[in-house]
Amino acid sequence: MAPVVQIKDIHKIYDSGEVPVHAVRGVSLDIHKGEFVALMGASGSGKSTLMNMLGCLDRPTRGTYKLDGIDVSALDRNELADIRNQKLGFVFQGFNLLARTTALENVELPMLYGRTRKLSTSEIRERAHHCLEIVGLANRADHMPNQLSGGQQQRVAIARGLVNEPQVLLADEPTGNLDSKTSIEVMGVFQRLNDEGISIVMVTHELDIAHYCKRNLILRDGVVVRDEAVANRSIAAVELAKLKSAEAAAKLTASPAAH
Amino acid sequence: MRFSVVFLVALRALRRNTMRSILTSLGIIIGIGAVIAIVSMGNGTKARVEAQVAALGQNIITVYPGSFSSGGMRGGFGSSATLTVEDAEAIMAEIADIDGVSPEVRDRNQVLANGLNWNTNVYGESPDYPYIKNWNVVQGAMFTEQDVKSLAKVAVIGKTVVDNLFPNEDPIGQTLRIRNLPFRVVGVLDVKGFSLFGSDQDDVVIIPYSSHMRRVSRRTSISSILVQGASAEKLDVVKQRIEDLLTQRRKGREPDFTVRTQEELAQTATETTKAMTVLLSCIAFVSLAVGGIGVMNIMLVSVTERTREIGIRLAIGAHGSDVLTQFLIEAVLLSVLGGILGILCGIGASELGSIYMGFPTLIAPWSIFVAVGVSTAVGLIFGFFPALKAAKLDPIDALRYE
Repeated sequence: MAPVVQIKDIHKIYDSGEVPVHAVRGVSLDIHKGEFVALMGASGSGKSTLMNMLGCLDRPTRGTYKLDGIDVSALDRNELADIRNQKLGFVFQGFNLLARTTALENVELPMLYGRTRKLSTSEIRERAHHCLEIVGLANRADHMPNQLSGGQQQRVAIARGLVNEPQVLLADEPTGNLDSKTSIEVMGVFQRLNDEGISIVMVTHELDIAHYCKRNLILRDGVVVRDEAVANRSIAAVELAKLKSAEAAAKLTASPAAH
Repeated sequence: MRFSVVFLVALRALRRNTMRSILTSLGIIIGIGAVIAIVSMGNGTKARVEAQVAALGQNIITVYPGSFSSGGMRGGFGSSATLTVEDAEAIMAEIADIDGVSPEVRDRNQVLANGLNWNTNVYGESPDYPYIKNWNVVQGAMFTEQDVKSLAKVAVIGKTVVDNLFPNEDPIGQTLRIRNLPFRVVGVLDVKGFSLFGSDQDDVVIIPYSSHMRRVSRRTSISSILVQGASAEKLDVVKQRIEDLLTQRRKGREPDFTVRTQEELAQTATETTKAMTVLLSCIAFVSLAVGGIGVMNIMLVSVTERTREIGIRLAIGAHGSDVLTQFLIEAVLLSVLGGILGILCGIGASELGSIYMGFPTLIAPWSIFVAVGVSTAVGLIFGFFPALKAAKLDPIDALRYE
């Protein structure tokens, strides 16, 4: 089967400043359906630039990028917008939900901009609700973002990313603004989605978070310096159970036996 | 993206900042309100002037004597005594499409009655006069053709004269004296009020023109001839015929008369109001433009403030045109809602103006359509630049914007 993401020797050079910045220097990469990739690197390593190109938010200066068999390096602004809408889902570090807009309406948003598939209002509502169910927030559909915890907001964002059934879910430091327990919960959501066959690429700089993925890519100075499968992959459910018993031991939360 | 959805999104965005939206619209509200109020006042004034002109009588043609000149010295307009009763009779007899003619003789005289006296206008007219002037005799009756022929000493008087000479009694049948000649009051005219030019039209005593010429003023010429045209369409034709007839009657002498129609007078009278309305409307439109700039200002603030939102929308697949439409609709909604409120305020203001300050007002339906149109246009024009700015944002930069 052809890879979902097929990158051949892409470069990105910014020449807005005085000196041209060569942010990505020839990355080639294949990501197949069902993969769960962590993209790591220090700041300035080019991982954000690579992520932007993967997300069709930016075009490579050189090289080709085929997403689901379509060469997206040559598309214009609007065509890229349609690709983002139909083939990609986005999860951001800062959640980026629309303020003063309910969780359900936030999840509906990508469908409103869909040009190829025209859905009726009730279909849109139904699908948004279904996606909220997947991330376990069906009972929070009418809540505004400011009435939700960070973890819940990120799960709404994940639901929004899923709603158009993308080829790849792109997550840019999805746990960056979350505490460790919530981070594990969110990784649990990703793992469950991945188990159902959704390809995920996420940027992170936390090694333990990267351990939840199946494949780790390390970038340095714009090139991939390491590409390996994760051995001893962390499983969110197990980690959460461990954390719970540790908390109980520390009397942070009441142990089930106490009641 | 469906239009209804964009519309909803825009409405929701405005509702998030209700206070700011209202304050922004205030500029438009004031602008549109001012336009509506001013136009309705201008319209009301125009209608009042038109009513006054109509009250003067409709389709009236007046023949004035020309200026006299003697040995190089030229008198002013109407200074010569060249119109005669025969001219008036000729017009009546020979010209088609006229409904009435009244030779006029006018002067001022001291009038006595009841031991009181009053200086007033004494007009010599024909019995057609009330009909031509659209001026009813409310008490008694107008004198007749027979009275004209017999040089009868009868008078029809205006309300001011009644008030001053017959303060507490029925004037009909009473006698008043003009130049010591007794005239019997046979009718009282309806109240007409002040003319366009500020004179009291009710301050008048009307007697048969023949009696005026032979008994009161002792003149052989008349001051003017009042002609009632049958219809507005034929007024110019009738005017031309009168000119031709009088020229022919002058037998080659230089024309010594001027023929004028009512429309020419009405035009002058409405010209001033029109000029005022145009001037005030200009000011109102300036304030509307200022309101538009207010909308633009707030939309620019809004675009900056919501950069991240725009980034999110663009990232998940909105086209630039979707964002453009959204912000354009917001701007148009702002200004149209302002426009609608402005229309209500304008109507309210003009109503208040007419109730408390006595301005004649008449809301012009077209001004409401224009107001809605103009406020939509203001929204589109002043909303376009901010919307374009939003649509051109780069999604990466917008998402990163703090």
